Amino acid sequence: MVNTKVELCGITLDNPIIPASGTFGFGYEFAELYDINMLGTFSFKGNTQDARFGKPTPRIAECTSGMINAVGLQNPGVEKVISEELPKLSKCFNKKVMANVSGFSVEDYAYTCEKLDKCDIVGWLEVNVSCPNVHGGGMSFGTDPEAAAEVTRAVKSVTKKPVILKLSPNVTDIVAIAKACEKAGADGISLINTMLGMRINLRTKKPVIANKMGGFSGKAIFPVAVRMVYQVASAVEVPVIGMGGVSCAEDVIEMMLAGATAVEVGAQNLVDPYACKSIIEELPAVMEKYRIENLKDIIGAAHNG
Amino acid sequence: MKQSLFQITENVKLTENVMRMRLKGDTSAITASGQFINIKLDNLFLRRPISVCDCEGDTVTIIYKVVGKGTEQMAEMQSGTLDVLTGLGNGYNTSLSGEKPLLIGGGVGVPPMYLLAKKLISEGKQVSVILGFNTKNEVFYEEEFRALGCNVGVTTADGSHGTKGFVTALMQDADYTYTYSCGPEPMLKAVFAASKTSGQYSFEERMGCGFGACMGCSCKTVTGYKRICKEGPVLEKEEILW
Repeated sequence: MVNTKVELCGITLDNPIIPASGTFGFGYEFAELYDINMLGTFSFKGNTQDARFGKPTPRIAECTSGMINAVGLQNPGVEKVISEELPKLSKCFNKKVMANVSGFSVEDYAYTCEKLDKCDIVGWLEVNVSCPNVHGGGMSFGTDPEAAAEVTRAVKSVTKKPVILKLSPNVTDIVAIAKACEKAGADGISLINTMLGMRINLRTKKPVIANKMGGFSGKAIFPVAVRMVYQVASAVEVPVIGMGGVSCAEDVIEMMLAGATAVEVGAQNLVDPYACKSIIEELPAVMEKYRIENLKDIIGAAHNG
Repeated sequence: MKQSLFQITENVKLTENVMRMRLKGDTSAITASGQFINIKLDNLFLRRPISVCDCEGDTVTIIYKVVGKGTEQMAEMQSGTLDVLTGLGNGYNTSLSGEKPLLIGGGVGVPPMYLLAKKLISEGKQVSVILGFNTKNEVFYEEEFRALGCNVGVTTADGSHGTKGFVTALMQDADYTYTYSCGPEPMLKAVFAASKTSGQYSFEERMGCGFGACMGCSCKTVTGYKRICKEGPVLEKEEILW
């Protein structure tokens, strides 16, 4: 019998598989298809202080082995998430869930996290710093080590739950940002968020999506994600969650070898709603194939020697 | 929603670039006309959402226009199996139709009207249909609707077949209790303005997942934000914001 258990910031996961924020809603679309309690956990749809409609449509573009999205953090706002979504979620999910949080100012992040800190079902706060800072000239918090650290400190001061900083790959030096977050008190780092991309329609000669640019995700970005997880995992002590283009159990193993303690699955959920279930079911056989008894033993193994 | 494999049993040309495909498999998740299915194709990342034209026993019929890589690939398939998500979207509600519903379809907005007409006729309603196309060569399913027992009117923009003009040209003199519509957005808007009754309108939007997870296809309505794939594609007239 192989052991798929891992520990993420003091909470044991039955397996390292976590559907990524924005690809799994609040879980119940998927709970219609299978028992989502088989997941390690999942990161629910990113929420913000105020309700947001997000960007105009079209928001989606097809790419070779991937897709671009510019949804723009559509969500009902943290109060409604707590009063309407979480009670519904607790009916189909009995594990701790990861709350994904975005903000447009340091105060926004702190406000939303303070509210979610009071929710029992929330096990971790995953703080997305890819959003533009409205007080910082629109530059994303995640592109500046000091801005990312400031968000980390603000969130840490309002919650006792583990805080995981979700980093953008659209930066010059992701290691510097990860280190700044760790120094500011982050309990974990998750990466990579989507890569900035664009498609143009040859017939209309215009960008495919209304926002022109959007986040590129899917299988195509996997090697970039593995590289960045490897770099960050070798530079920080806190656990790293690897994501970006993961679509099968082999990818999970590869991410963990690169240094991931847990692995998020994103775009694949959108094209195969059973993706995470399949990965979890395939994992023991793939572990046996590669002579892995304890999954946690391979975390960062690619760094040895 | 259900994910299952379907066998291609037919794939034929209806017009120059409109095809009809018949698929055999588990249709149990298809519960209403106006719903769609989402098809996985080799070497394409996103699934392709196509409206259900007919569903009878274990066979689902779709009619699609060949416009891009996905539909070009579909047009080439004569046999084989497809990975399909079925039972997506809310579909049309036939309980609001009254005795004399008017169904208006434009171009590839025509197919979902077929299963809807079938349902309404089976409920004993007197169904009128207006089908709108650009030109004679693009007309399809006129006879199929007649065979169901519908009162059928056809318009073509260039007047090469039926009444010259848009679908609204035939709406003025029609006698109807309710409006069902599917077609390009400018047509829906025109029908919305010309319609004397309440009704249901089916919308199209570029989708990511097709089952409510990604928020890729959201729109604003009088009753809040809705996902075209989940709370849509059919919206009631009173909730539509143009």
